[in-house]
Amino acid sequence: MSKKIFLLLILFLSLSVFTGLYFGAAELSPDIFRLRLCRIITGLIAGAGLAVSGVIFQGILRNPLAEPYVLGVSSGAGVGAVLGLFFNLSLQTIPVLAFFGAGITMLIVYNLAKVNGRVSTQNLLLSGVIVGAVFSSILLFLVSISPNEAIHGITWWLLGSLQVFDIPLLATVSILVLCGIGIALFLTRELNAISLGEEEALHLGVNVDTVKRLLFVVASLITGSIVCVCGIIGFIGLIIPHAVRSIIGSDHRQVLPASAIAAGAFLILADTLSRVIMPPVEIPIGVITAFIGGPVFILLLRKKIKSPF
Amino acid sequence: MEKLIQVKNIHSGYHKKEVLKNISFEIEEGEFLGIIGPNGSGKSTLLRSLSRVLRPLKGNIYYKGSDLYAIALNQIARDFSFVAQDTQVNFPFSVWEIVLMGRIPYLSRLQPQSAADLKAAKESMSITDTLKLAGRQLNDLSAGEKQMVIIAKAIAQEPKVLFLDEPTSHLDIGHQVKILNLLKGLNRDKKITVAMVLHDLNLAAEYCDRLILLDNGSVYKSGPPGEVLTYENIEEVYKTLVIVNKNPVSGNPHILLARKNIP
Repeated sequence: MSKKIFLLLILFLSLSVFTGLYFGAAELSPDIFRLRLCRIITGLIAGAGLAVSGVIFQGILRNPLAEPYVLGVSSGAGVGAVLGLFFNLSLQTIPVLAFFGAGITMLIVYNLAKVNGRVSTQNLLLSGVIVGAVFSSILLFLVSISPNEAIHGITWWLLGSLQVFDIPLLATVSILVLCGIGIALFLTRELNAISLGEEEALHLGVNVDTVKRLLFVVASLITGSIVCVCGIIGFIGLIIPHAVRSIIGSDHRQVLPASAIAAGAFLILADTLSRVIMPPVEIPIGVITAFIGGPVFILLLRKKIKSPF
Repeated sequence: MEKLIQVKNIHSGYHKKEVLKNISFEIEEGEFLGIIGPNGSGKSTLLRSLSRVLRPLKGNIYYKGSDLYAIALNQIARDFSFVAQDTQVNFPFSVWEIVLMGRIPYLSRLQPQSAADLKAAKESMSITDTLKLAGRQLNDLSAGEKQMVIIAKAIAQEPKVLFLDEPTSHLDIGHQVKILNLLKGLNRDKKITVAMVLHDLNLAAEYCDRLILLDNGSVYKSGPPGEVLTYENIEEVYKTLVIVNKNPVSGNPHILLARKNIP
């Protein structure tokens, strides 16, 4: 990454951390400070993770519109996590269930979209949206029939929130997400090659099947872990990589780390916004990201339909 | 000349459906080989098997005496490069970034490009006359320019064998000849062996040392253009009436279509 871009990103991040710490409805006290710091860490991890899994899905599916939320993967992870809560399973198993939820959803979406061995953009998005809708209703169903009082609280969680009460869970998730990002960073050159086409990548000596499978697991793991702690936050993996590409180009060696930092900063800002727009009400962060992400998605889709492929 | 690639009784295809049936031939080092045949005769399947991305269902291919599919993918990528008919890139990569990807087989994980890599990329761009496009985005280029960039990437790979699958079929005659002259030059000066699928029989006759004519998954005829491109062979394989002339300058066969008079 060029030094200038890196410094700008760090500046952006520091700025958002600063506003995140010092703006809000309540007077700053040591307790409030600690709470906000925790939200900032969550935002950084969640933003970076969602952006990286967005970049991974876009890279291996060769499609700039792919993203965990759009593909229904977030909802699938949500079903996994809620099933865990529903049957009162231990906290450690919930990220595992969310991971399986995410992975199974991705497999379903991918195979539904595959017609004669080819995966077209239209089919991928359609099956992503449909599978996502089905999983969302399963989620709501589980929530509504649950006798467990605590589960009723998760309607809020479903809309996305950086408020984390369970510090050990946050720590586990952070480690998982950071490991995932680390593995992805090792495979950025392979992602570049795959962007040219799977066969092209083979001709460049890239073991496409292995790389794809590994990255697929990594992206599902990241998405699943993040959904466990902050619910379903959509479009981050779409908006940020898109913006980053339009500034620094498509080389994944730069797009991946730059997206991670930028998305962390962006999510912290969005969270601050959600707290200060109409205090004391807190707007779910998923609402804010969707407000920004929806139009960006439509713009991208229009651009894609106009182009010949 | 030694046998660079030996194809021994291969059957190749997809999902157990055989496209190629019992094919055997050899490619010599430094050869300029053309693979021709009607649509669906298995030309692309053969090229994919030869370039180590489609393992034959039966039979073996040997590269320099060892089993091609036993050689590691990233090792063979230093010897083989491939140019497809059409390369679709869905992200805004610059021409320079694309050509540099040709160096991927030479780089270990996280290792940055060395001066030698940059030099190889630059040189291949100067050969293909694409240096002036370096900062442009691949998707903004014309079909001819784009194909030149993809060839530059393939050359940056410093291959010993260059495979091409109908590299000129979308292009005007100017670009067709430009690309084939370029390949001929690489073949002569850099001793790169070229194996190419071509649709245009006249281009094949003009540029290739040897032709393999495929028909329905088997080799119908193989040899120098003068022997393969006879009107009998073409009529039999393509089911089309043709007149075979001689190119007055090169003396190579020249194929003319014979239009049926429609009453």
